[in-house]
Amino acid sequence: MDFAFFLIQLLNGLQYGLLLFLVASGLTLVFGIMGIINLAHGSFYMVGAYLAWSLSSLTGSLTAAILLAIPLTVILGMGLERLLFRHLYQRDHLYQVLLTYGLILVFEELRSLIWGDDVHGVAVPALLNASIPLTDNLSYPVYRLAISGVCLLLAAGLYFLIQKTRLGMMIRAGASNREMVQSLGIDIKLIYTLVFALGIALAAFAGMINAPLSSVFPNMGSQVLIICFVVVVIGGIGSVKGAMAASLMIGLAETFGQVLVPEVAGMIVYVLMAVVLVWRPEGLFGRG
Amino acid sequence: MHKNEKIGYDRREFLKGGTAIAGATAAGVLLPAGIARAQQAKLKIGMMLPATGTFAPLGLAITNGFKLAVAERGGKLGGREIEYFTVDDESNPAKAPENVNKLVQRDKVDVVIGTVHSGVVMGMAKVLRESGTLWINPNGGAGAMTGAMCSPNFFRTSFSNWQTTYALGKVLKAKGHKNAVFITWKYAGGEEMMQGFKEGFEKEGGKLTKELYLPFPQVEFQALLTEIASIRPDAVVAFFAGGGQVKFLKDYQAAGLKGKIPLYGSGFLTEDLEASGDAAEGVETTLHYGDGLDTKKNNAFRLAYAKAFKLQPDVYAVQGYDAGQLLAAGLDAVKGNVGNKSAMIKAMESAKIDSPRGPWTLSKSHNPVQDMYLRKVVGKENKVQGVAWKALADPALGCKA
Repeated sequence: MDFAFFLIQLLNGLQYGLLLFLVASGLTLVFGIMGIINLAHGSFYMVGAYLAWSLSSLTGSLTAAILLAIPLTVILGMGLERLLFRHLYQRDHLYQVLLTYGLILVFEELRSLIWGDDVHGVAVPALLNASIPLTDNLSYPVYRLAISGVCLLLAAGLYFLIQKTRLGMMIRAGASNREMVQSLGIDIKLIYTLVFALGIALAAFAGMINAPLSSVFPNMGSQVLIICFVVVVIGGIGSVKGAMAASLMIGLAETFGQVLVPEVAGMIVYVLMAVVLVWRPEGLFGRG
Repeated sequence: MHKNEKIGYDRREFLKGGTAIAGATAAGVLLPAGIARAQQAKLKIGMMLPATGTFAPLGLAITNGFKLAVAERGGKLGGREIEYFTVDDESNPAKAPENVNKLVQRDKVDVVIGTVHSGVVMGMAKVLRESGTLWINPNGGAGAMTGAMCSPNFFRTSFSNWQTTYALGKVLKAKGHKNAVFITWKYAGGEEMMQGFKEGFEKEGGKLTKELYLPFPQVEFQALLTEIASIRPDAVVAFFAGGGQVKFLKDYQAAGLKGKIPLYGSGFLTEDLEASGDAAEGVETTLHYGDGLDTKKNNAFRLAYAKAFKLQPDVYAVQGYDAGQLLAAGLDAVKGNVGNKSAMIKAMESAKIDSPRGPWTLSKSHNPVQDMYLRKVVGKENKVQGVAWKALADPALGCKA
């Protein structure tokens, strides 16, 4: 591997890391900040991807599909929070695990009924459907770079929302002491509904803009679910900064692992997680 | 549906017993006896295939193909009517022993047909080896099943993983490629296909420069595509399936490698041309079937299948159809008497199957000895370019049969 290819692999690793952050961002919010264990995170990712596929083949444009699909997923998130999740905040985590595991099965079945069991491809928007030549035989897809940009924007936005705004303060306060926040006259129920819906919409949004890269297929949610939890756990529960750092670490470790030690590439992420947890049991940026 | 039939049967048997005790009229004795004979003659076939999940369409194609073969014989095999018992294997290897036991222990089937996923096939093996039930596998290509684990009651009508890539060595050599890189998932199926290619290519004097593996079932190919660009091989050979194949083809194109380093693979790489779009264009693969195979048998098969199921058949439908044909050959030889297992196995071993893919016979280890076709993606079709290897037989390593 000469220097030019080393740089390209570095770019691959960072780009993959940003992608991981995007996919895990919804979980960071719902699990990391609100403390709800949401095993159905991957299902919302899948719903987003299938919506992107069906709406873009209907409208002929991925952008239009995303604009149409986001309100739908926000409504879905609010509905689920009102109907189901609201009743479990005070309960043991096990109840949330049971509920969200059940939701995985329900969403898979619904997906099969509505959209069928086939694999589908989603076209990259024409404007971004180009490649930048890097060497004489390798080019970089513009769409991947564009997604990286979106990921950075999202990360900055999330960080700002949680750390710098009044709403973010209420969310953080609510997560650590719900009753106290309520007795201060803040409508914590509404805030939870909104934040939960935002988390679901983020998961679905990740599925939508990732659809042209990953294609759309049954069980695609279960593939991202585990890595999302790894991101949140390595980064430290409750930290957007930590999730970003963890995503980049994993991205780089996987990329170079596949190239340098292909025999054990599948283990590297989990070894990394084990090492981080031995060193800092609360995660990189966790609240000890 | 078969449950209702069974209830009906039980009631009739009960009535028969009642009439016998009563010593009733001639008509009363004749009627139940007639029904009883027909019931006894029904052949019990257990279909263990995926009905849900990623592989559900494959399970359906195999079932359709099998039923078409039966329908062509007037709905009977070896002169016997058929009763189907179905189990959804969910492509879950962990549940394989339990699922196949439902067919063997509970339903007491005469023959088992299954399945798609290689891991599930391996899980079924122990149970079926012990029960000795006749077993036809219409897909899963695990090499061991017709290798070290081969057994007299096991037959395969599809392929071994090794077969699907071995002929590529000759193809690459003919194109003037001296070295190649193989990329696949790190799991048994992928490694067997890699092995098949390596053997075939090295025999022709080619060199496999590097084996690239991705953890199963990951689809983030970017790092390995960069690696391919830095190695600059003459050719790339790939195996991916399901969601992975489409993504690989698209990423290969997006990375700018398409057109610079030619791509080859086992035929499964280009089985979903609808989703792959123009990313698959020009990719050449080897497989034991091609949709556009212009033979009398294939044309007749495709027409009959399309008429019966309002669907276009694929390679899986062909494998299911041939499972029906192979079973028919065995049952015809013993006139439907499954009890005469050794004669039946003998007849199946020497059967010459007139398949839509072309005629084939079985090897000693019960795997098809078949022509491997070279196909090239043109538009939305795998166009057959010719025969890459005439009558290719799996080496059946470790089979002592």
